[in-house]
Amino acid sequence: MEYFVQQLINGITTGSIYGLIAIGYTMVYGIIGMINFAHGEIFMLSTFIALIVITALGILGMSSVALIIFALLLVLVVAMVLTAVWGWAVERIAYRPLRGSFRLAPLITAIGMSIVLQNFVQITQGARVKPLQPIVSGGYTLMEKDGFQVALSNMQIIIVVLTVGLMTAFSLIIARTPLGRAQRACEQDRRMASLLGINVDRTISLTFVMGAMLAAVAGVMYLLNYGVIDFYIGFVAGVKAFTAAVLGGIGSLPGAMLGGLLIGLIETFWSAYFSVEYKDVAAFSILAIVLIFLPSGLLGKPEVEKV
Amino acid sequence: MSHWDENPVLSVEHLTMRFGGLVAIDDLSFSVGRGEITALIGPNGAGKTTVFNCITGFYKPTEGRITLHPHVDGGETFLLERMADHEIAREAHVARTFQNIRLFGGMTVLENLMVAQHNELMKASAWTIGGVLGISGFRSAEHEAMDRAKYWLDHIGLLDRADDPAADLPYGAQRRLEIARAMCTEPVLLCLDEPAAGLNPRESNQLNELLRYIRNEHGISILLIEHDMSVVMQISDHVVVLDYGCKISDGTAEEVRNDPSVIAAYLGVEDDEVEDVEAEVEGAAK
Repeated sequence: MEYFVQQLINGITTGSIYGLIAIGYTMVYGIIGMINFAHGEIFMLSTFIALIVITALGILGMSSVALIIFALLLVLVVAMVLTAVWGWAVERIAYRPLRGSFRLAPLITAIGMSIVLQNFVQITQGARVKPLQPIVSGGYTLMEKDGFQVALSNMQIIIVVLTVGLMTAFSLIIARTPLGRAQRACEQDRRMASLLGINVDRTISLTFVMGAMLAAVAGVMYLLNYGVIDFYIGFVAGVKAFTAAVLGGIGSLPGAMLGGLLIGLIETFWSAYFSVEYKDVAAFSILAIVLIFLPSGLLGKPEVEKV
Repeated sequence: MSHWDENPVLSVEHLTMRFGGLVAIDDLSFSVGRGEITALIGPNGAGKTTVFNCITGFYKPTEGRITLHPHVDGGETFLLERMADHEIAREAHVARTFQNIRLFGGMTVLENLMVAQHNELMKASAWTIGGVLGISGFRSAEHEAMDRAKYWLDHIGLLDRADDPAADLPYGAQRRLEIARAMCTEPVLLCLDEPAAGLNPRESNQLNELLRYIRNEHGISILLIEHDMSVVMQISDHVVVLDYGCKISDGTAEEVRNDPSVIAAYLGVEDDEVEDVEAEVEGAAK
């Protein structure tokens, strides 16, 4: 029982990070119908930006708790802004010029962009793994039995609270603000949206910016929680998050979050009860099984063709 | 010179549109009178929709000039053939509908009307940041937009369905909603491509009422393409007839109805038979 609860906590934490990245995939797919394969790299960039800012601010040497909290908030904001610029630039350079082109063209540039970003970081930051000492430490022991403690770390609490908060905020933006309405309108009929005076290009850019910002939050959390990053983490995280988006139903915001949680949980439980080596196999197998029975994912709307 | 040429809201001059070797519109000139309903009619393939596409920026005309005069007393004019489609919508305030319904089916009826007021709301919400924080400027702008949306919903009789998905409305109601949505963009000129297509007689009458209301109470100029002659004859102040991309008649509904070349175009007679038809029409008139 204790073991189970501990795995549940770990799974939800991992799942939250996947969910945050998955939203970027799902929102971009919703509005322009393409998979932004460079999104995992955007996540990876944000971890490096965060590491650089943490080092520059000298957070590791700080002793006052209030100062550390303030500095970490600053890291989060700087990482979100700079990552948003990267996200915006990728769209501007690699996707917008191909908007009128055939469907596969932006998919190919997306893969190209992904390779470019990976190599850029590898060259400028080196290929070695970058470690970071834990900054947020401490936590609570929820229960204890026969020497096995169920631990809930402060970092895990922060991750889950931040994820829930951001999910709520973004759902409200999509549902209630003019920007969200414009995004949903562009999703359904870009040409008509343009004829109603909506600047479609700007709306698409803002979608990439929003996705990149959420990926940046995930990146900062990932760095603080796991403490090791390298230029290649974007690939695995990206594939997992993409899987989460598809599992939840691509195009659906709550679906992305649910998919992220499920992938996180499946992975964690599989590693805990079966074997760590096969955790990815388990996650992808579940994806395959779900897609056989629910081709549009768990929360995706099936496309009904009116005749 | 007819009254619609005196102070037109839109003047189309020597418009030509070629697709490769095909001449879709050939040296077409006409005016849309201010505060009037102008109908563009003609047999299938006459080039009516192509004219619309040139006016609203979907096509760049091969030759010719399309000028919008938004203000009665001169002032700023727009050369529409030089503008992109979203600029025509946003800056020149020309709204259009399509032959097929293009509502945002997954959004609610009310949201469809709110989206049409996107630009003011976006500014008022300080590009979303203020919207999230709920600043008062945004709230009042949102209220204003909501009032405008409700005003039009009331007029098209859909107030009680404001929160239903637009795709769930019956066909005729969707048509009226599209016009209401176009009106929410506060247009100078409203271009309607076959608004009465597929409507039953009762819905068709409701449409006539709505268009008259827009003209009389809001003073908006309307340019419409229509096949349903009962609609055209009842509400148009001015009718322009196209055939094979050329203007064959231009006048009031009454004048056009009796124009032999129009009758010939619709009945599809050979050019040399037009004179015979003319004679017949004249004979019948006597």
